[in-house]
Amino acid sequence: MSQVTTHAVEAHESPLTPESWGKLGMWVFLAGDAMTFGTLLAGYGAIRAGALDWPLPSQVLGITLTAFMTFLLICSSVTMVKGLSAIKHGDAKKMTLYLGLTILGGAIFLGLQAYEWTHLIHRGMHLSSNPWGNYLFGTTFFTITGFHGAHVTGGVIYLAVIVLRGIQGKITQEKASLVEIAGLYWHFVDLVWILVFTFVYLI
Amino acid sequence: MFTDHKEPNYMAVFFALAILTAVEIGVIYLPIAKFVIGISLILLALVKAALVALYFMHLKFEKRTLGIIALTPLLICTLLIISLLPDLTGTKHESKREKAAQIEKPLAELP
Repeated sequence: MSQVTTHAVEAHESPLTPESWGKLGMWVFLAGDAMTFGTLLAGYGAIRAGALDWPLPSQVLGITLTAFMTFLLICSSVTMVKGLSAIKHGDAKKMTLYLGLTILGGAIFLGLQAYEWTHLIHRGMHLSSNPWGNYLFGTTFFTITGFHGAHVTGGVIYLAVIVLRGIQGKITQEKASLVEIAGLYWHFVDLVWILVFTFVYLI
Repeated sequence: MFTDHKEPNYMAVFFALAILTAVEIGVIYLPIAKFVIGISLILLALVKAALVALYFMHLKFEKRTLGIIALTPLLICTLLIISLLPDLTGTKHESKREKAAQIEKPLAELP
């Protein structure tokens, strides 16, 4: 009897319950992923700090466009939490609608990034050279924004799978944790962009 | 399955994030020292990142174990930055690409 009670208490206090293993796993993955981005940004800082001829990003990159892209990701994070809230209340239809909007936000973000890259490449910015100064400016820019863009692409595919399963009626109130875990990934991508926007575009 | 917490006011978080983004854009045009602008921008970004993690990712309402996992990369990144300090504060130099090409050329001509 006492054993049962102990077990119940443990299950409540520890996140290591079978129901939250997915969430725990996602957090562990995100911690590792955060280190990858952390390393990229720290490397960027070290390279830039040692360069005399580093261009001022806010003068050569389009801040207005990227500020809008930041705003777009923040909006998509809001639709994501609204979608999770909907499925927690058992409204699968509303959940698919909100997640659809989140996917739309991500897709527009990617479209704008493709536009931005095309524009910069036409102006002579490449992985190994650029018209404004230190050649590593282009290298770090494309590596960091590209790595983030790949994450957004992954997120859009991830959410599309969730939406498809939602339409098939496979995501119910009991399986809302699937949406929560997908949301964690999506918010993380938003969080990383906030940092990338500051370090690569603003400073 | 879910920690029963009152749903945070997501719209308030959204407006805070949007306003902070606008402030960031404003800060870069302020006629103050570049160093001060840089520090302000980093602080603003950290506040925004914390808002996303605490409210959108529900870290504020989660058990401590997840918080510890989330803080681990922050700790390691701090150590990384400390270990990079010599590079971050060392002497600056022009990009050596042209010079490197000049040096490499005679070497390449060697048999």
